[in-house]
Amino acid sequence: MNETLRSPAPDAPVVHHERGQRSVFCGLAGIVWLHRKIQDAFFLVVGSRTCAHLLQSAAGVMIFAEPRFATAILEERDLAGLADVNDELDNVVARLLERRPDIKMLFLVGSCPSEVIKIDLVRAAQRLNRIHSPRAKVVSYSGSGIEKTFTEGEDACLAALVPDLPLDAASAPSLLVVGALADVVEDQFATTFREIGVEARFLPARRADSMPAVGPNTKFILAQPFLAETARALELRGAKRIPAVFPLGSEGTSLWLKAVADAFNVQAATLDAATAPGRARAEMSLARHREQLAGKKIFFFPDSQLEVPLARFLARELGMKPVDVSTPYLHQQLLAEELALLSSETRLNEGSAVDDQLDRCREARPDLTVCGLGLANPLEAEGLPTKWAIELLFTPIQGYDQAGDLAELFTRPLTRRSRLEV
Amino acid sequence: MQLTLWTYEGPSHIGAMRVATGMNGLHFVLHAPQGDTYADLLFTMIERRNKRPPVTYTTFQARDLGTDTAEIFKTAARDAYERHQPRAMIVGSSCTAELLQDDPGGLARALALPVPVIPVELSAYSKKENWGASETFYRLVRGLSGAKRERPQRARPLVNLLGPTALGFRHRDDVIEITKLLNALGVDVNVAAPMGATPDDLTRLGDADFNVVLYPEIALPAAQYLEKAHGQPYTKTVPIGVGATHEFIAEVRKLGNLSDGQALPESNLPWWSRSVDSTYLTGKRVFIFGDGTHVLAAERIAREEIGFEVVGLGTFSREFARDVRARAAAHNREALITDDYLEVEAAISAAHPELVLGTQMERHIAKRLRLPCAVISAPAHVQDFPARYAPQMGFEGANVIFDSWVHPLMMGLEEHLLGMFREDAEFHEHASHLGASSAPPSAALQPAAPQPDLPAAAAVAPASGDPVWSEEAQKELKKIPFFVRGKARGNTEKYARERGLTMISVGTLYDAKAHFGR
Repeated sequence: MNETLRSPAPDAPVVHHERGQRSVFCGLAGIVWLHRKIQDAFFLVVGSRTCAHLLQSAAGVMIFAEPRFATAILEERDLAGLADVNDELDNVVARLLERRPDIKMLFLVGSCPSEVIKIDLVRAAQRLNRIHSPRAKVVSYSGSGIEKTFTEGEDACLAALVPDLPLDAASAPSLLVVGALADVVEDQFATTFREIGVEARFLPARRADSMPAVGPNTKFILAQPFLAETARALELRGAKRIPAVFPLGSEGTSLWLKAVADAFNVQAATLDAATAPGRARAEMSLARHREQLAGKKIFFFPDSQLEVPLARFLARELGMKPVDVSTPYLHQQLLAEELALLSSETRLNEGSAVDDQLDRCREARPDLTVCGLGLANPLEAEGLPTKWAIELLFTPIQGYDQAGDLAELFTRPLTRRSRLEV
Repeated sequence: MQLTLWTYEGPSHIGAMRVATGMNGLHFVLHAPQGDTYADLLFTMIERRNKRPPVTYTTFQARDLGTDTAEIFKTAARDAYERHQPRAMIVGSSCTAELLQDDPGGLARALALPVPVIPVELSAYSKKENWGASETFYRLVRGLSGAKRERPQRARPLVNLLGPTALGFRHRDDVIEITKLLNALGVDVNVAAPMGATPDDLTRLGDADFNVVLYPEIALPAAQYLEKAHGQPYTKTVPIGVGATHEFIAEVRKLGNLSDGQALPESNLPWWSRSVDSTYLTGKRVFIFGDGTHVLAAERIAREEIGFEVVGLGTFSREFARDVRARAAAHNREALITDDYLEVEAAISAAHPELVLGTQMERHIAKRLRLPCAVISAPAHVQDFPARYAPQMGFEGANVIFDSWVHPLMMGLEEHLLGMFREDAEFHEHASHLGASSAPPSAALQPAAPQPDLPAAAAVAPASGDPVWSEEAQKELKKIPFFVRGKARGNTEKYARERGLTMISVGTLYDAKAHFGR
């Protein structure tokens, strides 16, 4: 392809571990995109007013539509045992399903308070399934902050779907792409796979009744780096993971597609023919941004677990210098291919101690800092340009035709600063 | 168990954060799991604050539950003191930590920090945001205001302004406006709190002759305490609207033993309302919903100062339910007391108002029902924290209110013409100056925009020589967010024309995208 495809660095990365105050969403935040992805699903959080307020604050921009999520808020009488929590929950669910006949799948989502007072949502889901099947399917998972950090919520949700996926008993190998992607990206990937003769299925599907089948001949590839629990659940169903870097940037997309092509014995020429136009377009879009970003220092606060693949993309395809990359969890196995491509000059951290990280950030004076919404304006006010991490999850960024858009997310804050004269 | 889609008030610890974030030199150690830090973004994003809220979250995890979450709290509190060197601290639990019963107050006391540490019991499972703010402010005032002291006779009385917080609806500007008004009346401001005050300032509260309560939701318990402990009376009128501002002035003069000789600023509202252009406002049907203070004020302004007909009145502040009910009853209406947003939507829909005065929630309800709306109360979104000076209180506040309530409405003559010539094709529902803000972008001006029900070929029927969209490309185009779709369409067609292409494929769409970039 081009010279950015260097051979992997031989030395294993050093990972610093940090523990302290965090500044990141809990697993409930994933509901904000998951409820749009699965078009007939409803997410019912069993939690507190804080959970409801978090969802509303994280999803505030989407209030224009009636949301397919809600919170069953625990009140004093629930805690004091004056009301039977299970009866209350059954009533809430019955009312909800009555009001929304379009809902075919209901997720009961555990929260910090429901975990602490040990409300058994797995059993509640079983009970509610008996009541509401086949009208609606009820599934439970935990999005609680005491267990799940931000994107781990999507992992828990998808993992909860896996045991109930239909069995694929076919003897021919099939491809499953795992992780919620923007519809446009999913369609592009489906087209590319079709062109190389591989029929791809996607988890999650857009509708509850079309969730993909899985079996011992399923080969799956992760489209998102934070899906460790889902990967394990799929392996328990006999599916085999195709290890790869993640499809961010032109190189990332090429390597990701190549991993699939290799797993399905697709001829190199076939893959090349199917991907050449996309690759050329991606290269063209990236060139513009490379001029602006090359040599610039970038600093990542821990947020979505996309940090390592993003740092790899920015370093190798745009020439940026990732000086400090923090991620809530570093799944060495899932990220092995990514880590091999990352420069050993980058400081890698797992976990969070936000005050210490802020100290390091101020010391490093990066040209761009990727961080959560709570830190962005304070850092800007200190003269440090920032990129909101959450936009990387709310924007289609994977694949060739989004490579330029992804790069643009990083140039925009810098362009904006260079324009302003006030 | 209460089913909730959207909430008017956050949990009670958000109220405590609003007090702490408004103040300087106060630090809040909140016993909470990860995720509760989302609250920071309310202040840094919605209010555009340039500093992180002074809050340390202890960030305990599931694996800590069986061991020692109390130790985690103590470490966090000690570290927070070392790092931030506050003049005072408050400590409390969010909903999850409340279940652990770690007693942050007792733990903090055991640390023997060299500054006052005030525990706040937040009752997360029964109380909400405004209560949390008022309880926190009350605890701070009680803990820091000290003993009653002798006050000298003053020619110019000295007052405290009580109630403004971070994230309050126009609190920043109300404080400025009321300070100006008081100064013109011959009154000086001792301390405005909590917003803008330090813990040391709170020790000086007792120096004032009386208190001005700006927002009873937040300041009433503190004002009642100060009356009892320091012998300071407090004002009962909230100066929103011309009439209320005049009553407030009279109240201040009485409390401060002032004559009524001084020349005062005036509001433009009375003349703007009496001028003939405003005739069309007569009897317009308005629906009012929000916090108690702003709803009571808005009802009076709507009725007495603009000449609207109030067709619905309600509040989510249960603490103010009695006052709002009484006001509604006085005008033969029934008040809506609820924090269920669907109930509010149903009530608005049933009342057929011509204008909705509400919170951020009602703004969205009104958008769905295609009604004009002005925001009069928290919760508010980023656009309701304007760059310009825009108080609600005092005479300038009345001017701001007149403008912001009237601008969403169609103007008088325009409304007549629309009524007379309904069949004029250009007089569709989004005509008028409102179009820019409330109509879907470009829908009105581009009748050729694709209609979902038309066959693809008809929808894109080209003018002679223009490239044609393939069905797939047309489908692909629809996947692009609507707000940039028009631009993508234009760019792609330009790209195809320049290259003499007759058919636009999916590839052309993306070629053009790559070509133009951004």
